[in-house]
Amino acid sequence: MTAIALATRRLNKSFGSLTVARDIDIDLPVGARYALIGPNGAGKTTLINLITGMLAPNDGQIFLGNEDITRLEPQDRVRRGLARTFQINTLFAGLNPLEAVTLAVAERRGITNQFWRNVADHKEAIEEAYEILAKLKLGDCCYQVTRELPYGRQRLLEIALALATKPKVLLLDEPAAGVPQEESGDIFEVVASLSDDLTLLFIEHDMHVVFRFASHIIVLVGGAVFTEGSPAEIAADPGVREVYLGTRKHG
Amino acid sequence: MSTSPLATNPQAYLQSASRWRPVEIVFWLATLLPFYLLPDYLSLASQIAITALFALSLDLILGYGGIVSLGHAAFFGIGAYSAAIFSKFVMGEPLVGLAAAAAVTGIAGFASSFIVARFRHFTLIMLTLGLGLLAQEAANRAHWLTGGSDGFQGADIWPVLGLFHFDLYGYTAYGYSLAALFVLFLAARRMISSPFGLALRGIRENWVRMPAIGAPSRAHIQKAYTIAAIMAGIAGALLTQTTQTAALESISFQRSADVVVMLVLGGAGRLYGGLVGAVIFMIARDQFSGIAPQYWYFWIGVLLVSVVTFLPNGILGGLSAIAARWRRK
Repeated sequence: MTAIALATRRLNKSFGSLTVARDIDIDLPVGARYALIGPNGAGKTTLINLITGMLAPNDGQIFLGNEDITRLEPQDRVRRGLARTFQINTLFAGLNPLEAVTLAVAERRGITNQFWRNVADHKEAIEEAYEILAKLKLGDCCYQVTRELPYGRQRLLEIALALATKPKVLLLDEPAAGVPQEESGDIFEVVASLSDDLTLLFIEHDMHVVFRFASHIIVLVGGAVFTEGSPAEIAADPGVREVYLGTRKHG
Repeated sequence: MSTSPLATNPQAYLQSASRWRPVEIVFWLATLLPFYLLPDYLSLASQIAITALFALSLDLILGYGGIVSLGHAAFFGIGAYSAAIFSKFVMGEPLVGLAAAAAVTGIAGFASSFIVARFRHFTLIMLTLGLGLLAQEAANRAHWLTGGSDGFQGADIWPVLGLFHFDLYGYTAYGYSLAALFVLFLAARRMISSPFGLALRGIRENWVRMPAIGAPSRAHIQKAYTIAAIMAGIAGALLTQTTQTAALESISFQRSADVVVMLVLGGAGRLYGGLVGAVIFMIARDQFSGIAPQYWYFWIGVLLVSVVTFLPNGILGGLSAIAARWRRK
């Protein structure tokens, strides 16, 4: 049996009478490529917010490896190897990609409490940042201020920032959101090329992409896990077809 | 921060970002001109240098960390009164006095940073405003210690290094204030280029993303706030020492508001913004109050409205945009 990288146990969250997460149990084996799908408002982003600590659950537990991280601050979860990206670009608009990724590397290396040495003296941190950028094909635009980058590049920078934290588990919230369909493949090629040790969970609406890149699919409906299984199982599931695919392929 | 196609090595690129530019050297050489060209204005020049240091301290938290404070004069005032009290009851040695004022404001800054680092945006503005007013009223009520609205009596400042008496013309005052400004500017400049400075810029650019890259933003803000408090306290102490007195004005809301205006005029988050803003504000105040003593704030208002309307990044922001366009041609 493979080790579990990330797990949730009976995770619950509600805002007043609106339940956005109901008894969510998921297990991500090390190195897995899981997709999280579901209709709009199913609670997919909420689940990522709960796992990363940006929202506090009412009840339930979250485990990273064997460690219970339910009560940890978001930044402490990141330090333990749990990173995320955002559906809506959440970047450092006034920094360029090199500065932004160097910052993330510096935070991980614990050197941001230095206020006497120049950033430029930290050769290894800078080289590491540049390597990440180059791997994500951002090397040629890494001196250009983020707000002026083409949108597709900004989506890649979202991933680069998360990778700079050296995650064990990476949660991608619609990494290709807003990117034209012909380019979204490029972003997922990058995702697919990530190390096999990295455990991935991604939210995605495009079923072609999901079936192509996911090894396992979790279907979320109304804040609860509706079903899960291999892409073939999900594709054949009439229930999923009804609640999810059915909404689009009506008639 | 502009695109530099020549810099292919990332490390060299970051190094070049913190290199001294010729215009900076010109700026600092120009600060020596008042000694030769405007010897009658040295007292004003000293006030400008002190105010510039105060504006620089606010820039560290407002311009770089995005922490808007409307109560920053609290630290200026605490520094001013600490230096006055220290000179009266302990000793008048100015450098030791500066260190004492720095220590007191550092403690005050660190203590308040626990509250300040928890909030953002509007709440934070109101919080700093409230803390500033508290400090102002405390100084007013503690008449036995501060002299309240009568001003502090009995400050006794010795010559700087035992050599330079604070003279009537302000030679010593300006030389001393300018030296302090320059030394602390070098420290601030160094800090901004450090990994910690980069983290501050990260907080300014995106508060939400910081925890998601594993950054302890609150701890960063606490440090920056404490450092800014110390710098503001030193500025206040300099005012006390160069004028041989301390007044409630040093801890007033007016001073907190003025320094924000200066930073906005000059351009926040660019190190020289506070300095240029302080120079413009203080000279404008001096000139306008000569024309119309009652209404000089009217012209400051006009200046502020024009700058924020036409130069959203301040005067320096506007200049650097022009320079960038010119370079591209």
